[in-house]
Amino acid sequence: MPHTHSMRPKESDVRARVMVRLRQGVLDPKGDAIKSALHTLGFDEVTRVRIGKLIELEVDAADETVAKDRLQKMADELLANPIMETFSVELDGADA
Amino acid sequence: MKAAVVTFPGSNCDRDCLHVAGNVVGAEAVSVWHQDSELPAGVTGVILPGGFSYGDALRAGSIAAHSPVMAAVKRFADKGGAVLGICNGFQMLCESQLLPGALAPNRDGHFICKDVLMTVEPSVGLTGAYDAGQTVTMPVAHGEGRFVVDDDTLKNIEAGDGPVRVAFRYQQRETDGTASLNGSTAGIAGLVGGPSFNVVGLMPHPERCAEDRLGGTDGLALMAALAGGAK
Repeated sequence: MPHTHSMRPKESDVRARVMVRLRQGVLDPKGDAIKSALHTLGFDEVTRVRIGKLIELEVDAADETVAKDRLQKMADELLANPIMETFSVELDGADA
Repeated sequence: MKAAVVTFPGSNCDRDCLHVAGNVVGAEAVSVWHQDSELPAGVTGVILPGGFSYGDALRAGSIAAHSPVMAAVKRFADKGGAVLGICNGFQMLCESQLLPGALAPNRDGHFICKDVLMTVEPSVGLTGAYDAGQTVTMPVAHGEGRFVVDDDTLKNIEAGDGPVRVAFRYQQRETDGTASLNGSTAGIAGLVGGPSFNVVGLMPHPERCAEDRLGGTDGLALMAALAGGAK
């Protein structure tokens, strides 16, 4: 994919997902509401619903190690709140 | 006495705060934009008002906490400047780690808009205008006001002699201590911290109860303490 927007030397366009989850023990009222709605629909087998966030990002990075390191920082500083959330970073692989 | 009220995209209580600080308390009240990187000269108190900054994207207050103005507010608070975060402003204070903990969605999934009874806990710094143990009534209007904090930090807050203390506590509580209102840990409605107890964050709205004609004046002392600077 050509980089027409940047004069920087070739960097890979890395697609990534940051998954943000509520910590165990932190109450999830929205998850509970969904569980209750599923029960109303007859899905009685549902015993627990937890809502998280899926954040998809595309980043320019020299390589995947750099990309992952930066994404961890993004999650630390903004995307997740460590007081009530945990996160994981997944890379889709680079396309040059 | 010069109070600065910060307006973020989505703030909706900024004008109320300007009105109370200026017309009711009688301080000079100035508006500050979230993109400003410095506070106006001579400011003695800063109010982070309620509202829905950035539409509560990601988490309430999380984007606003990283605005240019918040770096200036942090420097101001570190030097002992009086800072009051109301509702969305409390969420910003927690997100920017000026106060500990976080505000999560209310336990029962409802937006709650009503008057609540609270106990004023320590009577230090900015809350010194109230008597410790005094009961006050203020309105709340929030969807994300459930205070969440790790056990160790909660212990330090509850010890009552540390750098951060409970400022206001909801009176109506479940047997496990959480607020009946919104599930807030230990019924915590607001905290006081900062180097000289000059930083207060609370979910209820003192600016909405600072005039008799609005049905109550229990918020006036806090607004006056802010606009006049921490004692």
